[in-house]
Amino acid sequence: MSEPRLIEISPVTRVEGHGKVTIHLDADNNVDEARLHIVEFRGFERFIRGRLMWEVPVIVQRLCGICPVSHHLAAAKAMDMIAGVDQLTPTAEKMRRLMHYGQVMQSHVLHFFHLAAPDLLFGFGAPAEKRNIFEVIKEQPELGKRAVLMRKYGQEIIEATAGKKVHGTGAIPGGINRNLPIERRDHFLSSIDEMIEWSQDAVKLARDYTLEHEDLVSEFGSFPSNYMSLVREGDGALDLYHGNLRALSSTGDTVFDQVPYTKYHELIVEDVRSWSYMKFPFIKELGPEAGWYRVGPLARMNTASFIDTPLAAEAHKELKSVTGGCPNNSTLANHWARMIEVLHCVEKIRELLNDPDLQGTDLIAKGARREEGIGVIEAPRGNLIHHYKVDEHDQVTYCNLIVSTTHNNEGMNRAVKDVAVKHLSGKERITEGMLNHVEVAIRAYDPCLSCATHALGQMPLQVELFNAEGGLVDSRTQCV
Amino acid sequence: MSGTKRETGFTFTIDGVEVKAYAGMTIMEAADEAGVYIPRLCDHEGLRHQGSCRVCTVKAGGRSVSACTQPAAPGQAVENETARLNKMRRDLVEMLFHEGNHLCPICEASGNCELQAMAYRLDMTEATRFPYLEPCRALDASHPDIALDTNRCISCGRCIRASQDVDGKGIFGYVGRGIHRRVAVNGENLADTDAEVSDHAISKEVCPVGCIIRKRVGFVTPIGEREFDKGLIGHEIEEKRK
Repeated sequence: MSEPRLIEISPVTRVEGHGKVTIHLDADNNVDEARLHIVEFRGFERFIRGRLMWEVPVIVQRLCGICPVSHHLAAAKAMDMIAGVDQLTPTAEKMRRLMHYGQVMQSHVLHFFHLAAPDLLFGFGAPAEKRNIFEVIKEQPELGKRAVLMRKYGQEIIEATAGKKVHGTGAIPGGINRNLPIERRDHFLSSIDEMIEWSQDAVKLARDYTLEHEDLVSEFGSFPSNYMSLVREGDGALDLYHGNLRALSSTGDTVFDQVPYTKYHELIVEDVRSWSYMKFPFIKELGPEAGWYRVGPLARMNTASFIDTPLAAEAHKELKSVTGGCPNNSTLANHWARMIEVLHCVEKIRELLNDPDLQGTDLIAKGARREEGIGVIEAPRGNLIHHYKVDEHDQVTYCNLIVSTTHNNEGMNRAVKDVAVKHLSGKERITEGMLNHVEVAIRAYDPCLSCATHALGQMPLQVELFNAEGGLVDSRTQCV
Repeated sequence: MSGTKRETGFTFTIDGVEVKAYAGMTIMEAADEAGVYIPRLCDHEGLRHQGSCRVCTVKAGGRSVSACTQPAAPGQAVENETARLNKMRRDLVEMLFHEGNHLCPICEASGNCELQAMAYRLDMTEATRFPYLEPCRALDASHPDIALDTNRCISCGRCIRASQDVDGKGIFGYVGRGIHRRVAVNGENLADTDAEVSDHAISKEVCPVGCIIRKRVGFVTPIGEREFDKGLIGHEIEEKRK
């Protein structure tokens, strides 16, 4: 029998932001506890207070360098509401949608090819020096080339709609500040067929991996949970930009459906725990134990009634058929779902590029001013909620952000523990490859840890000091 | 330049380029007409010259003088674009960044901001070497159409002169001394003054930074169409020579 041990994976790699995992092994080398910790702090919810409302979409997007468009658009939607605009002009809405599809496409491609592919191609336990994008390019140059060019395509769509590839200024309260010139449209149309073809190949790659590794996929970090996302108003189709909230149980029963997202606070409660800067949301009606849920690509495949673009629709049907139409609870199936969304986004981009409304000049709508605004969007990593209050001087007085990774907090922690128990328990010697299994489970959620840290003022920060044997030496708690 | 007698013309040189001037013209006025750009921040067309920012410092007759206030003189040899002068200008600009909260990535003046543009022109490619003072001044958003974020003020005084001399209102003035000097309004807050969005002092051309804000128009101009997306600050003057 050995002494209890504390294993720390720090930092967790190939994710956005900084986090670490701690795994406590007991004297028999069994996993006692395993947690994902978010070790950075941002504080946007606090320092946005006092700033002017039209600055908000530009300021809060700085939360993230990977999916700033999601924050930019969610904040802009909230500011539309405050500006009293319930219906954007066709050009404004379609330009924003184009921006968003470009963003989801590039973010998903980045995750699948650059961050996750090394694990999927070379194996979870492959040598660390092998598990990177450069080795992917070396071994499969065509795949590597497509990864770079697909991401470039999405980034250029963002640049054309927001002015910059990262941290642009396109969406403003009530609309958009530009349209899409014909020459830019033609530039994108010239390679859209290639993008569709490559996206179809990417779906096939992820699908084949999932089906060929059915045993692994069905057990690796997999567990039942609730799922939540926006779905299109009325027919419940996948809609990444706008819609109503829908939540299903792990067996597909409706928890709530077609609820306007402005009522999110009636549905969701955020819990705080002493060891993380990240909150733990749960569905109020179900309580903290049974009410936690997952969001993101797989959640959206589970909640959406169908997809309204033909190629992605077929792929969606096939994914659903694996579980007989019930929600898919396999964490690793997120990769397949993610590639279906890439295909959907590229199909949507093609549809929009052929729409003359993108060259319209009616860009901004006006309305009667309100004091509160809520904007919700389906970001690449899942549901994203922005909620603001603004005073009569146009200054923000309240801000609450619930980002995708926060929604997935409980799910990620359960996945970490599940994989740790299955792959580390009882092992005398823990290898780096074994620990990468834990990271693979986290990576499947494509977490953005930097976006997800907002708990200032609501959580007590607890610091625990362990000795070399893993024993707790001292503990301090401070309310910040 | 008002009241200048055009018949009494003369020439002098700026960095060896012959420039024509008339009696009463400043070095900067003559340079502008000749298509020679002398960097400046506190000077602005249509406002009286102040000579306070010193960014327009040139060497004339062996002395350092502010080009916006120094009269041009016949036969004078003026140095403008020298490494030493540009370094001094860059130091001044860096100190302005160090004194305020100039967060270009989130500022609605970005792309239209003369301070930012001057930093680009003077090759200020890194954050200021000087420790940030990080002022914490409350945003005055009390006025229905105008806001004032003095954390971004560079004390150029352009709004003071515009309000006093053009609008005839005297809404803005300096308070404090030395490093503590800053622009304030002649009331409890902006709402307590008779400032109007149509005032010349409030126009986007007068405030060189993002201190005086016209409400609800921020970020309406897309990236690519902002003032300094078109070229370096001073490019319009320099294009006169091409």
